[in-house]
Amino acid sequence: MLSSAQTPRLLRSPAAATITAASLTFKCLHTSPILTPASTSPSPSQILTNRKALLSRQTSAVDLAKSFLQRLRRHEPELSSFLYVSPEDIVLKQAEELDNKIKNNEEVGPLAGVFVGVKDNICTYDMPSTAGSRILENYRPPFDATAVRKLRERGAIVIGKTNLDEFGMGSTTEGSAYQVTANPWDLSRVPGGSSGGSAAAVSARQCMVALGSDTGGSVRQPASFCGVVGLKPTYGRVSRYGLVAYASSLDVIGCFGSSVADAGILLNTISGFDNFDATSSKQEVPDYASQFVPLDYLESKPLKGLRVGVIHETLENGVDSEVVSSVRGAVSHLEELGCTVSEVSLPSFSLGLPAYYILASSESSSNLSRYDGVRYGNQVFGEELKSLYGDSRAEGLGSEVKMRILMGTYALSAGYYDAYYKRAQQVRTIIRNSFKDALVKNDILISPAAPSVAYKIGEKKNDPLAMYAGDIMTVNVNLAGLPALVLPCGFDGGSAGMPIGIQMIGAAFDEEKLLKIGHIFEQTLEGYSFIPPLIADEQTC
Amino acid sequence: MALTLFRGLQSNCCRLYPSVFDARKHVRYFRVRSSQGQTATQEKQQTQLKASPKYEEALKNYEAVIGIETHVQLSTLTKAFCSCPYNYGDQPNTSVCPVCMGLPGALPVLNSKVIESAVKVGLALNCKLSLSSKFDRKQYFYPDLPKGYQISQFDIPIAAGGYLDVDLPVEFGGGHRKFGVTRVHMEEDAGKLLHTGNGSFSQVDLNRAGVPLLEIVSEPDMRTGTEAAEYAAELQRLVRYLGVSNGNMQEGSLRCDVNISVRPHGQLELGTKVEIKNLNSFSSVSRAIDYEILRQAQLHSQGQADEIVQETRLWEEGAQKTVTMRKKEGLADYRYFPEPDLPGVNLSEEYISAIRDSLPELPETKRRRYENMGLTMQDVLFLTNDINVAAFFDATIATGADIKLAANWIMGDIAAYMKNEKLSINDIKLTPRELGELIASIKGGTISGKIGKEILFELVAKGGTVKGLIQEKDLVQIADPSEIEKIVDKVLENNPKQLEQYRGGKTKLQGFFAGQIMKETKGKANPALLNKILLEKLNSKP
Repeated sequence: MLSSAQTPRLLRSPAAATITAASLTFKCLHTSPILTPASTSPSPSQILTNRKALLSRQTSAVDLAKSFLQRLRRHEPELSSFLYVSPEDIVLKQAEELDNKIKNNEEVGPLAGVFVGVKDNICTYDMPSTAGSRILENYRPPFDATAVRKLRERGAIVIGKTNLDEFGMGSTTEGSAYQVTANPWDLSRVPGGSSGGSAAAVSARQCMVALGSDTGGSVRQPASFCGVVGLKPTYGRVSRYGLVAYASSLDVIGCFGSSVADAGILLNTISGFDNFDATSSKQEVPDYASQFVPLDYLESKPLKGLRVGVIHETLENGVDSEVVSSVRGAVSHLEELGCTVSEVSLPSFSLGLPAYYILASSESSSNLSRYDGVRYGNQVFGEELKSLYGDSRAEGLGSEVKMRILMGTYALSAGYYDAYYKRAQQVRTIIRNSFKDALVKNDILISPAAPSVAYKIGEKKNDPLAMYAGDIMTVNVNLAGLPALVLPCGFDGGSAGMPIGIQMIGAAFDEEKLLKIGHIFEQTLEGYSFIPPLIADEQTC
Repeated sequence: MALTLFRGLQSNCCRLYPSVFDARKHVRYFRVRSSQGQTATQEKQQTQLKASPKYEEALKNYEAVIGIETHVQLSTLTKAFCSCPYNYGDQPNTSVCPVCMGLPGALPVLNSKVIESAVKVGLALNCKLSLSSKFDRKQYFYPDLPKGYQISQFDIPIAAGGYLDVDLPVEFGGGHRKFGVTRVHMEEDAGKLLHTGNGSFSQVDLNRAGVPLLEIVSEPDMRTGTEAAEYAAELQRLVRYLGVSNGNMQEGSLRCDVNISVRPHGQLELGTKVEIKNLNSFSSVSRAIDYEILRQAQLHSQGQADEIVQETRLWEEGAQKTVTMRKKEGLADYRYFPEPDLPGVNLSEEYISAIRDSLPELPETKRRRYENMGLTMQDVLFLTNDINVAAFFDATIATGADIKLAANWIMGDIAAYMKNEKLSINDIKLTPRELGELIASIKGGTISGKIGKEILFELVAKGGTVKGLIQEKDLVQIADPSEIEKIVDKVLENNPKQLEQYRGGKTKLQGFFAGQIMKETKGKANPALLNKILLEKLNSKP
């Protein structure tokens, strides 16, 4: 933690400071009073900026809703980030209700007027939730996922359901049964996956923030590909109730924002123990937002004393040189901010990939058994039970999903269990311990979020192993159950190229530290703008 | 099986959850009044296979090895992993939620009462408890299994390595047996399939899906149908004593699958194992096994032992025989793996000892206690069969009532009344205190045994107190000699002709006089005193 009583020194001009505190309070270092600086920075918090504008009546929720819906629709034909968009009259009605509340000086929730995109494998009672699969076409759940319920209770407006690889299985969003989503930075490239729709939508400002899910990197890798902030919380931090299960012991709902502050505020809203998820943690939820120090109040070495370990194995062969140099540049920036940087070796790192694919496939083969066409979803009529099952699944599930079900079924079969599933669990324990050790010696660990920038649509479609290899940076974190924050730190081929993300990994339930560091890093990173050219000339928030 | 008739499942029922369930009025459903059911010793043996010479002959040369797998449905207020209640006989799909329907995104959360029940049963079965166990997924496809897997326990059951003490009924030769219990584990029940009359489609009722079960696996320690049926009956008694299940076999709250193999006496190697299902009563357990023993023994003795194959056979109640249901094609691979949605189950020593301290007196302990009181085994088995009857008996003798008399009243007139009226002992109006009072009143001579019986029927049907009834109906026995003497005199005076005949030698008329006196006293005269005084008066010279 930061502990310094030095007078804050500005790294940038005061005009670039960002955080407003309309209702949220921000502690400045240790003892400072509540602050209300009003200025903009490279990554302003959309949530706080809009909240301020709403509460000061500079704008109305209806106007905001219209502008988001308009931008959403304008770019949807080229991006295809959404599988379902909430009808305009419903969105406007919710906005109107909010405006009335503000007019009557009634209290509004901390996420009032925040337009959220929700990955389509997260249940919403008023919208279809297909998980990107044909077998759940038009399926409407009778309940909201706990995370969605919390968002709505705090005033957020769900604007639509975002595209994904079927059941979260994939790294490109090309595995959706419905459509291929494009990367807002380059429409010929993938947005990453599996939460590609959420990442693209936040990147193109089609929504303010979005929920995704991360089983092996499905929030972080698309965040990196689309130049937005992606946060994968500690396993158990956010309830999984209502998240369509892929691999239960790895799945976690994560946050997308255009700034670290937004991702943190979103996490604050959805975190906490849930009676409906026995794996959710009772650990207290800190006020993540209170950790954000406005730029104006930063001292010269705001991260002084912080120990940063750069994972040696993640900057070796197989990682694009531009990615390596960007991450190294980011590490230098952290050093400038006062961090003590060292290199850490995790010899078990490369074992993560095979262990992950065995465990995730095994669990998915079981979790997806319920899609049998009997109770819900698409059913193919059968003369006998076997054909009803077989045909419903054959037609309803895509090839990547089938492949993983086959792999998982094989790994769990009698005679193979010990060689695959059990061994993978042992590897998982080794990995968890090695991360634990490294995080005793370091406050955070650093790696790239992905070995490359976003690749071309279709490039790896027929080469699943190449696609799987792309997950090397992220899967270990899921196996260890740790929190990780990905934020943009540079571009390949200069600022006109594709964004590159840095991954910061923290100790279990230490999201607070990640967000604090990320927020300082983001505000002090000069010379980059992470608004895609597609919308650069538009008026955004 | 009905499954071969499958022509597709009607799945629309759940699609529009939840309102649509109410629309399924055409589905037949059943509501059966929960009854205590019968126990093995009470069930009438319909077929006397045991008495048949063929059966005796078979047992002379062959030995059966029998093990039982029992599923006990726990009567927790809510299901194992969600908050739905379960009531047998409810309209289909009226007690379901996203969790027990296996909707996408729904997660199980363990009902802690399931653990409590499992620990109770584990302790009562003298098992060793696993301080840390876990849940596993048992995977197979069937339309009554909404998730495509059953949450169960695989390699670490919550309890293992116990035994059950059984006293065989006196009418089957009696004797005490100790049967080993291999393991007890927790799991969830599946739903039910409803097949339409014409077989064109089937429907799924998920009310039962997710209801907690304990699976109790015995060691292959039983040798006869009677032993197996008594083992099952003792399990039923045990779970009812513990209050963890109603143990009702007709409702499927207690289900037994039997594994049986037959081998020539002296052979160490086990014969081929056959599984028998569809056993809905203790007598069907007993009869199915005896049938199967005879069938297999005959195949053995005819040199056709190779026709005994590993298979699952179905007991047909109507035909009183077992028939092939399905032949096993190798072992099914359930691809068990640890349930990732549920944390491990950890028991503390304090938790276990708190439960141990709260256990009621168990049937075996009760039987030994009653036996030591001097009751016959027949009485002991009767009284301990139902925990409520035993409690009634205990409460009665706690009032100081004579043990044997209390047992006789309960087993005789009270039991007969309950049987006629189809009531349980908790339904009758008689209290143990009043039964004690009744026994004391008879013993103390306040009322006669005959009057006691009359009062009893009043007490069980309408209630009230013994004292109150005696007073109300003026039933106190006349035990005052001078009062009886007066009545005797009066009767003799009123019947001079009969008196003359008696004195003329027709001594049989004594009965007539006694009857007249009883009539006069409305039966209240003390019979011994009456006879003594009457004889004196009759034989004295005028």
